[in-house]
Amino acid sequence: MNIGRIKRSINALLVNGTLILIVLLWLIPVVGIFVSSFRQRFDIQTSPWWNVLPHRGWVMTKTIDPRELELDTNSPMTVEGITATFEEMQAGVEEGDTRLVWIGNRRIGNIQIQKKDWIMPGGLTLDNYQQVIQGKNIRITHADGTVQTVRGDDFSVALLNSLTVAVPSTIIPILIAAFAAYGFAWMRFPGRRFWFILTVALVVVPLQIALVPVLRDFAGLSLNGTFLGIWMAHTGFGLPLATYLLFNYISQLPRETLEAAFIDGASHFTIFTQLILPLSTPALASFAIFQFLWVWNDYLVALIILGPDPNVRVVTMKLASIVGDRGQDWHLLTAGAFVSMLIPLIVFFALQRYFVRGMLAGSVKG
Amino acid sequence: MTKFGQTVEKEQKSAGKVVAWILRVGLAILIPVIAFFFLYQGFLFLRAGNAPKWVIAVVAIVWGVGGVAILYYLFNKLVESLSPDWTERLQPFVFVGPAIAMMIWFLALPAVRTFYFSLFGRNGPPALPVTMIFTNPGEYFTVVAAQFVGLSNYAAVFTDRLMLSALRNNIIFWIGIATPLTVIVGLLVAVLADRSKFERMSKSLIFMPMAISFVGAGVIWNFIYEVNPPGTPQIGLLNAVVVAFGGQPHGWTNYTAIAPWNNLFLVIIVVWLQTGYAMVLFSAAIKGIPEEIIEAARVDGATEIQVFFRIMIPHILGTIITVTTTIIIFTLKIFDVVWVMTGGQFGTDVIATQFYRQSFINRNSGYGSAIAIVLLLAITPVILYNLRQLREQEAFR
Repeated sequence: MNIGRIKRSINALLVNGTLILIVLLWLIPVVGIFVSSFRQRFDIQTSPWWNVLPHRGWVMTKTIDPRELELDTNSPMTVEGITATFEEMQAGVEEGDTRLVWIGNRRIGNIQIQKKDWIMPGGLTLDNYQQVIQGKNIRITHADGTVQTVRGDDFSVALLNSLTVAVPSTIIPILIAAFAAYGFAWMRFPGRRFWFILTVALVVVPLQIALVPVLRDFAGLSLNGTFLGIWMAHTGFGLPLATYLLFNYISQLPRETLEAAFIDGASHFTIFTQLILPLSTPALASFAIFQFLWVWNDYLVALIILGPDPNVRVVTMKLASIVGDRGQDWHLLTAGAFVSMLIPLIVFFALQRYFVRGMLAGSVKG
Repeated sequence: MTKFGQTVEKEQKSAGKVVAWILRVGLAILIPVIAFFFLYQGFLFLRAGNAPKWVIAVVAIVWGVGGVAILYYLFNKLVESLSPDWTERLQPFVFVGPAIAMMIWFLALPAVRTFYFSLFGRNGPPALPVTMIFTNPGEYFTVVAAQFVGLSNYAAVFTDRLMLSALRNNIIFWIGIATPLTVIVGLLVAVLADRSKFERMSKSLIFMPMAISFVGAGVIWNFIYEVNPPGTPQIGLLNAVVVAFGGQPHGWTNYTAIAPWNNLFLVIIVVWLQTGYAMVLFSAAIKGIPEEIIEAARVDGATEIQVFFRIMIPHILGTIITVTTTIIIFTLKIFDVVWVMTGGQFGTDVIATQFYRQSFINRNSGYGSAIAIVLLLAITPVILYNLRQLREQEAFR
């Protein structure tokens, strides 16, 4: 009895412990950039992000002018009971809780005496976000007191562009797909079976197959680099899945409801707008979230259809361009990444239930 | 007299009917034309784009979404204004037509066109007007034949050194390692979470990366793999751990000395991103196993491991196959992660990055198209499987 209970609690410990470990592993990458996005540029580049936690490190206690002590830099010197050559001091000499570091060159440098102590974090800032979001020139004060003027990265425009791309690219395909799903489910017309089979066949077709021809057509219609162009592309690529999912839902609605409406003399259009659309809200919502996240996070289609024009750049392109041009500017990359993730994360956590439902219904796209 | 009057009345009536009919049809055609005109003006306004950015955004959203809704409404009105016979005949096409047209334009036709492109050299098929087939067939076919290269692009796909390494990466690292790893970790988390006290929270957090873009994930993981010169503090988590254990720091994704194993560091990112998907599906499947079966096995003295392998796995086999297939499709097309992390350098190229490079950077549309067709062929079994499932489905007769 007692052994059984112990066994069970060990089991529970094992299960929960492993799970917590995995969750932490999954979380740490995001926490890393989140924390870093609030740190100052210099701090990010010189110390790891987990240093924002209280930790033990070297703290400067005083600076000694070697000329006052009349030390000979060409032979081993003794300072604070530690004897070392100039080269060793330049690299830093440790003994117990004390460290000597020679800062600067041989003639005019200083010796820093450092003690090991607890370091409390500090120096968090919103500057990175300011610089990333705004497009204006921004004055930045560095840790050493110098002031620099830099041009902001203008993520606000990219965010606006992303919204302008993502909202219609979500609603339009759903609208078109809902009409089609109703048509396939409740109307009889020649070729119905053939067109539906084609729709299902197209669900997993990789969109890479379409990029070259579509780009050619768009060039002819001068739709390259326009919002209309990318809406149409996302609509075309998203339609097979949207139609298939909504068909599965709409065709399962009770036949009696529709027949009653028909007998009352309602037209297909009325039934669709007044009855079917409201009834299908769960299915519409789950696909909407899926498509919204897909479009917001898309990089390839935006890269090809929107092209190099900075006026229409979406957040993923903006972020990717910073990765390419200034891959070491972690203060911008971390803040930029977080700005780009904010809206999808909000949508995701607020509407997770619908997202999961859509996924269980087979939201997998080509 | 009366007879004559009646005829006149009848003629007047039918004349009136004709006029009304013409008016109605004319109006029905005119309204969409006017609507199109306004929508086109809106498009021009958006392209000119002098207004403040947010005004353009709002106008674009309203104009785009509203435009589509209005067009449906108008076309439906047009069809409903016809005789009931014709309404019944044409209305399905108002409902289904736009979707079919878009799918044909953006997916079905491009597949055929891309295949056609793939039979030509780097500039693709000659840009001659199609009407030339009838007006001057001789010259048309001579020009086409001059640029026709047959299947030699496909021969190149399977012999080019870079393409071979891309195929190797897709097959060994992405299908061979990333896919089973995602499935196994997803299954593990689903099983653990099912017995844990904080199931919702843990599932939610592991699922979270699904909301993050591949570009964002690239930034996140670049930061983890960040390398500083030896001797200086490592700001990347992985190198800090490696150095703490006495190792040498490396920029892991570009560490060509261990190539092709540097691909593993890209694989980790995708496992991180996709495990949530696998977990959600497995979790739902596990909850679908009748409790009595598992309880009965436990009462019979089965260990947890036996319960897992002998009862759970067989029960959720269908889901495991679905998830595995989905992730294979996903990894076959993997692009963004690789492109952002390494640009396909250091031996990390995959099919989709090669496709992008050949089609849009090297501007070799023939070769790029051949790569896209190979990608499509690789996915064809899944398409056929989906269609077979459809045939068995009751819903569509």
